[in-house]
Amino acid sequence: MADKNKPDGIVLTEAQKRSRRQRSIAIALALGVLVVLFFAVTLVKGPAVLVRPM
Amino acid sequence: MSVVDHNAIDFSPRISEADVADYIALLKPRVMSLVVFTALVGLVMAPGHFHPVLAFTSILCIAVGAGASGALNMWYESDIDALMSRTANRPIPRGRITRPEALAFGMTLAFFAVMTLGILVNWFAGALLAFTIFFYVVIYTIALKRWTAQNIVIGGAAGALPPVVAWTAATGSLSVEPILLFLIIFFWTPPHFWALALFRSDDYARAGVPMLPVVAGADATRLQILLYTIALVAVAVAPWPLGYFDAIYGVTSLILSAVMLTLAIEVYRRRERGQALRATRKLFAFSIFYLFALFATLLIEVVVRAIAPSIW
Repeated sequence: MADKNKPDGIVLTEAQKRSRRQRSIAIALALGVLVVLFFAVTLVKGPAVLVRPM
Repeated sequence: MSVVDHNAIDFSPRISEADVADYIALLKPRVMSLVVFTALVGLVMAPGHFHPVLAFTSILCIAVGAGASGALNMWYESDIDALMSRTANRPIPRGRITRPEALAFGMTLAFFAVMTLGILVNWFAGALLAFTIFFYVVIYTIALKRWTAQNIVIGGAAGALPPVVAWTAATGSLSVEPILLFLIIFFWTPPHFWALALFRSDDYARAGVPMLPVVAGADATRLQILLYTIALVAVAVAPWPLGYFDAIYGVTSLILSAVMLTLAIEVYRRRERGQALRATRKLFAFSIFYLFALFATLLIEVVVRAIAPSIW
């Protein structure tokens, strides 16, 4: 009979959990910066935001 | 009976313990800082008004593009990085990040840097940034570095392009000034890297990288350093008499170029091991300061011109 207390799948170590959390926060921050950047440029350019010269 | 001993194979997935610092190391932050600085000078020198938000966006995209190039370079070179003392501590040889992770990271950053610059600023700059990344990764890292001793001469073009990308971001076009900035970095690259290669030639030989000192010997490298330094000095000083850059730059470039040339002559003359090593290290260290100081002077010139236009 299988041990009910034994968790299924992979169990992350504390170091793995910590580094994954760090990476997740960094990705979230980078995406946040990207969103803010696109919003700020849209405000700066106004209607000209769609004009993208070669 | 099975031919393969399944008990010996580890089927469990590899869980990364890489933290943010490892990924930052993958971006080559020191190289990135020089790229950002030279790009900033190209941006500030560009004529006309450029909105600060767009200027920030341009510099950010160029920085991320440079970081992507660094990550893709480390992805491809992890085998030789492990063999050289200077690079053995990088995240892939240390086992912190796998090659596929570095490849995915580099490609993602390159994609976002190019697309963001193209969409938010202009596509000329975006295309030029894409070309810069392509040139550094494919032409320099993959094609040239392990094939020819002229690797860093041709590959130096990639490192020289950031101020040109910045100029095109600000103006949407090209001009003589960014090409002069390009030429200064282009001719600066061989003396700088060959000086490094001279005192790291054992490293490069062990890794099988055909750097000039490994292939042609130290004396031939010293001569090439001197010849390229003469070309560099000419390119660095010429914009002043030609009227492209002003007197502050002219005088500074004359003084700095005289020191650079003197150090290159010392490298050429000193052949005894201890003295030769000292002369090479001096040239290498000064070459970094030289490029930084030339570009800083251009920055100062633009600022002075903006604050006190009556002087000009």
